[in-house]
Amino acid sequence: MGENKDVWVFSEKYDLTLEIIGKGREIANTLHTELAAVLVGSGVEKKADELIKYGADRVYLVDHPALEHFQSEAYLSVLHSLAIKYKPDILLIGSTKNGKPLAARLATRLETGCIPDCTELSVDEKGRLIGERITYGGNAVAKIIFRSKPQIATIPARVFKKLKLQDRNGEVIKLDVKIEEPKTEVVETKPLETSSINIEEANVIISCGRGLEKKEDKALLEQLANIVNGQVGNSRPLAEDRKWFTEWVGLSGHKVKPKLYIACGISGVIQHVAGIRDAKIIVAINSDPEAPIFEVADYGVVGDLYEILPALTEALKKRFQ
Amino acid sequence: MKRIIVCLKQAVDVTQLKVDPATSQLLTASAPKKISDFDKNALEEAIRIKEKNGETEIFTVTVCSEDAKPVLREALAMGADKAYFVNDHTLQNVDTWATAYVLAEAIKKIGSFDLVLCGEASLDSFSGLVGSRLAELLDLPQINSVRKISVEADVVTAERTLEDAYETVKSKMPALITVTREINQPRIPSLMMIMKASKKEIVTWTVADLNIQKEKIDAKNEVIEVLAPKTERKKIMITGENTKEIAEKLAKALFQEGIIRR
Ligand SMILES: Cc1cc2nc3c(=O)[nH]c(=O)nc-3n(C[C@H](O)[C@H](O)[C@H](O)COP(=O)(O)OP(=O)(O)OC[C@H]3O[C@@H](n4cnc5c(N)ncnc54)[C@H](O)[C@@H]3O)c2cc1C
Repeated sequence: MGENKDVWVFSEKYDLTLEIIGKGREIANTLHTELAAVLVGSGVEKKADELIKYGADRVYLVDHPALEHFQSEAYLSVLHSLAIKYKPDILLIGSTKNGKPLAARLATRLETGCIPDCTELSVDEKGRLIGERITYGGNAVAKIIFRSKPQIATIPARVFKKLKLQDRNGEVIKLDVKIEEPKTEVVETKPLETSSINIEEANVIISCGRGLEKKEDKALLEQLANIVNGQVGNSRPLAEDRKWFTEWVGLSGHKVKPKLYIACGISGVIQHVAGIRDAKIIVAINSDPEAPIFEVADYGVVGDLYEILPALTEALKKRFQ
Repeated sequence: MKRIIVCLKQAVDVTQLKVDPATSQLLTASAPKKISDFDKNALEEAIRIKEKNGETEIFTVTVCSEDAKPVLREALAMGADKAYFVNDHTLQNVDTWATAYVLAEAIKKIGSFDLVLCGEASLDSFSGLVGSRLAELLDLPQINSVRKISVEADVVTAERTLEDAYETVKSKMPALITVTREINQPRIPSLMMIMKASKKEIVTWTVADLNIQKEKIDAKNEVIEVLAPKTERKKIMITGENTKEIAEKLAKALFQEGIIRR
């Protein structure tokens, strides 16, 4: 076990790779080891230098036409070969819909542990990685350590910040590895409409839940958002059940940290609340005085969102004049 | 005859979980348990595949240190044909590695199958690793986070939602699929189905019955702390004579907090 060294970073998403390098750099510094990024794809060699400028000391580059698109068996075999060959101490993998299963399979192939969806990472006095994650539907935060190596953790998007581009030098190691044959075949991909705005960065978020009767009524929230320079969000059922949107705020969606979060017609079930814990001020507007959202709100208004929202928009407009 | 294996976890009902305010510890032992939501979706999907394709048997597999029979009865009432239950007190602090390992050995003992269905993640721990770990241990093709499945001959086609795309993926069976909640709405068993289920079999195994060496299921991870996050909210209710007054009071409060800017 003693021979494992260095902190590694991998994600099939480039932006997420940079974010994880940001945190990986800090951990590598604490442990006085090196930080390596694993770069996998086809025609990606030109990105290696940039990864170093963002904080990596070394880049393991596997560039092959068969790796152009993410494919579980292919990517898994690449990461597995590298991990066997160089024995990293810590491996941080982007927690995407493809990345998390990859991390789980890799951890299993290497017979080691895995901490999924870490919201914080640290190192204890013995140099062991501690991962923190939200558990029990948002009721708790768990701290987890490893009894095996490498220590594999997955990191969701936008939890950590990428570093500033710097003039740094590092080493690029180009490798040829045996790529496993795919067991599944992607027969079609359609782009998904995602909001181009980044809700995690928003200072003010006005969110609606099932209390909203029609998709068009979102305009009520948008009018308020316009006044306060905010963004509009929603609870999961509006996406999952009603298919009005494709994203949502909460445990299984975006975890946000605005200065102000206004929940309109949202009951405040813990899975939703888990996504807004880091909001500075939470306002709840709900017609049901018993709604659990009031228990986690700073300001609560019992009332119809169709009346309160326009009135609040007017009141704020007046104050801005 | 096709065979679908559905992995079911008995999870803590997180919506009914209480926190000890003095210590911030969760009172998980006394919290009610149920079939983990996504796993119920997996079972429902298996039943729908059976209804559509016929000639299919559905077995559930559960690994748990506590009694889970009442929960398994519900699964049988919904439409599973047989439940396999690995029940062993040594499984108390299992991690995702050990859980997947025991599931894999149980599934190997059951024998052949065409499809393994799991929930994308469990309701309580929400790790989302066990399905993928199981696919690796059984050396199966795997499709994750699936919201639609169709089975034809020995090929399964699945639709999944990624961060920025919808994807349709094909695989030869046997294969392992993890499903999301949007795939279906699980049925509520009728009284008739509940009565009929009482005659169905729950096969109970211990770890020893599966010939698993103890070292193989030593945990790879250890949870050192689980605490409820402190939420100190002001909980100020704003009231007034009319909507206008309420809105103005709220606007004033938000200004005083210094959190809004034009
Ligand atoms: C594993 C798991 C993960 C999940 N992850 C998430 C997640 O990430 N995010 C998420 O949001 N959910 C998530 N959910 C779903 C969650 O459990 C709830 O079902 C969901 O948050 C409820 O959404 P809601 O508050 O919009 O709807 P409801 O619970 O139906 O609440 C609607 C509220 O609107 C109020 N209302 C109705 N009309 C009006 C009106 N005119 N004016 C004012 N108020 C009105 C009602 O009083 C009610 O309180 C998850 C569930 C599970 C099992």
